[in-house]
Amino acid sequence: MTSVLGFWLAHRQELAALVGEHIVLVAVSTTMAVALGVPLGVFAARRPGLASPLVAIASIVQTIPSLAMFGFLLPVPLIGGVGARAALTVLVLYALLPIVRSTIVGITGIDRAIREAGVAMGMTPGELLRQVELPLALPSIVAGVRVAAVVGVGSATIAAAIGAGGLGQYIYRGLSMVDSTVILAGAIPAALLALIVDGGLRWLERQLSPRRRTRSRRAALTVAAALALVALAGSAALAARASGVIVVGSKNFTEQLVLGELVAQTIERDTGLSVRRRLNLGGTLICDRALLAGDIDLYVEYTGTALTATFHQPPSQNREVVMETVRRLYADSGRTLLPPLGFDNTFAILVRGADAREKHLRTIDDAARLAPQWQAGFGYEFLERADGYPGLAKAYGLAFRRPPQVMDLTLSYRALASGQVDLIAGDATAGLIKSLDLVQLEDNRHYFPPYDAVPVARASTLLRYPQVRKALERLAGRVSPAEMRAMNYAADALRESPADVARRFLDEQRGR
Amino acid sequence: MNGVEFRQVSFRHARHTPILDGFTLAVDAGEVVALVGASGAGKTTALKLVNRLLVPDAGDVRVQGKDTSEWDPIRLRRAIGYVIQDVGLFPHLTVADNIAVVPRLEGWEESRVGARVRELLELIGLGADAYATRWPDELSGGQRQRVGVARALAADPPVLLMDEPFGALDPVTRRQLRGEFRRIQSTLRKTVLLVTHDMAEAIALADRIGVLDAGRLIWIGPVRGIADCQDPRVRTLIDAVTVDVHSGADGGAR
Repeated sequence: MTSVLGFWLAHRQELAALVGEHIVLVAVSTTMAVALGVPLGVFAARRPGLASPLVAIASIVQTIPSLAMFGFLLPVPLIGGVGARAALTVLVLYALLPIVRSTIVGITGIDRAIREAGVAMGMTPGELLRQVELPLALPSIVAGVRVAAVVGVGSATIAAAIGAGGLGQYIYRGLSMVDSTVILAGAIPAALLALIVDGGLRWLERQLSPRRRTRSRRAALTVAAALALVALAGSAALAARASGVIVVGSKNFTEQLVLGELVAQTIERDTGLSVRRRLNLGGTLICDRALLAGDIDLYVEYTGTALTATFHQPPSQNREVVMETVRRLYADSGRTLLPPLGFDNTFAILVRGADAREKHLRTIDDAARLAPQWQAGFGYEFLERADGYPGLAKAYGLAFRRPPQVMDLTLSYRALASGQVDLIAGDATAGLIKSLDLVQLEDNRHYFPPYDAVPVARASTLLRYPQVRKALERLAGRVSPAEMRAMNYAADALRESPADVARRFLDEQRGR
Repeated sequence: MNGVEFRQVSFRHARHTPILDGFTLAVDAGEVVALVGASGAGKTTALKLVNRLLVPDAGDVRVQGKDTSEWDPIRLRRAIGYVIQDVGLFPHLTVADNIAVVPRLEGWEESRVGARVRELLELIGLGADAYATRWPDELSGGQRQRVGVARALAADPPVLLMDEPFGALDPVTRRQLRGEFRRIQSTLRKTVLLVTHDMAEAIALADRIGVLDAGRLIWIGPVRGIADCQDPRVRTLIDAVTVDVHSGADGGAR
């Protein structure tokens, strides 16, 4: 707990910004869901044939996992893509069900005699709705809004996967660093936020119960409306800031966050353009789609990943051939490959440092001899991809005691260090290699294709802002494998923020 | 011209047996007519045909000389006060706001609304200062029923419909309210159509009584004539009251 407090203290500005983003996401999506859901509920309540199918559809939407929903929305124009807009779409869809349902329940639950009294007194349908049905259904509607908002606080953490920001960023960062302190740094404020939202709306619910004096009901409604307005204004401000800036993306692991900051700060320093960061996007596919759609202007990719994962080409071991193939394929889709940064984040076959020293292990061939007594642990991706385990086993004649254990890539480092497995395939630049005393075995048969880190940008952005290209060309070859590993170590093991790590690196570069 | 008139009215739900069948009745202006009958005789249906909560299948219903189908339903309903069985006070409004509903719908100025609410609260015997800001669930059943009457009278409608108005009250309160109703009616002279299953209530409140049986009007006449009616279906209703009188539960005839 003290380490979480220390983390918050060290990152208090970032924390405040993330909490703000989180609140805006939840407030705006809930407000929009109310604006959409209450009329829908009123409409359905008057047509009993419509109410149950509508609730059924909303329930089905509710069951779609949020990550899958983000996936569906990636190619959709206007409401999809990456960033806050797509996150809002998903959050609104999730918030609709409880609000629509509670509106229907609230209105259909009104005593028939009371409704009939209103009609018999000569109320028009509109007067009946405003003066009788909505006031009586209000506590039920607010209860639905409360459920929607509390669920929204939770769902909004997942929105970090598509670069919408919020407290989910810490949770994702912590997961990729296997660091529970960072996870807690995001999860605790999110939980507190949920409790505060719950408490606040409970208070509103009580204020709105029919027994309260009209004046306090009015005051409570005014407070709620004012909050909604502030949220909408905040989101408008956020949206307005998005135009006329360079948007930098990154995937959701430590090295990518550092590289995203490195690229973003380079552009800020050298061009004076303002940069918007959409870091922490949930994977290669999401970054690629976002770049194609123009939701981001550039991010740092690895040549081997682009070749096999993005363009579905067979793997190749020749560095120049890979680079040129990828450059051509990107050019065909309006994107430009910039000069490589200078390090190759290939797969690293890793063993414990103690084993390596004791058994004199240097190459993968050395390990292949001991493999029959070993247990290997690989990430799902490594087991599946064309340049992964099947080819590796063939190239080196690897045969383990049992089939390799499938585990999360980031967890596999700790599994190796603690002796649960004896060999893993990690990233060559992972900071954990140093902090956990792991040793990378040499790929002496040159099985792995090159994974040179290269910024890739939208051609149209570079045409409009040639100074961005110039700035990034100055980074060419400036990041060595050792420097990258050191930066990852600082971010992962020492818990420095990626922004600070990148800033110090650039300061030192300029100082040289 | 202020009366209510049914001419050969029939009404049924879908293909069920008719609830009203060739029903004819004229309520003159300023007159109180009570429709008496067992439950299911079509009493409440008759009331709902007057303010067009229901529309007849055959025949016509006239209010102030005009067929209800020719009325704008909203205008028609605001010209008719409606006192319902289970009161139907709005639980989210105070007593004063409940009474003020129709005047406000009609766009009265607030000062006039306030004065009218005070006037009505005094009329029904609830002090304005003590009761105006009370909530419906803070009132006794009798008080709620009085507020229901006040609400129906608020915009001074010429016609009043009452559905078992004092049915759910204890005998003492019921007798008291009946007396107050006679007192109010003697000054306001509304055209009142009330329905009840209780012959004693009809005798206590009405100028004329109509007896409904299976959707047909089987007897109509002044209150004092009902005692001489020999129709067994009417006698059943009268005998129920006599038993009541002997048991001392209720006052019965005036």
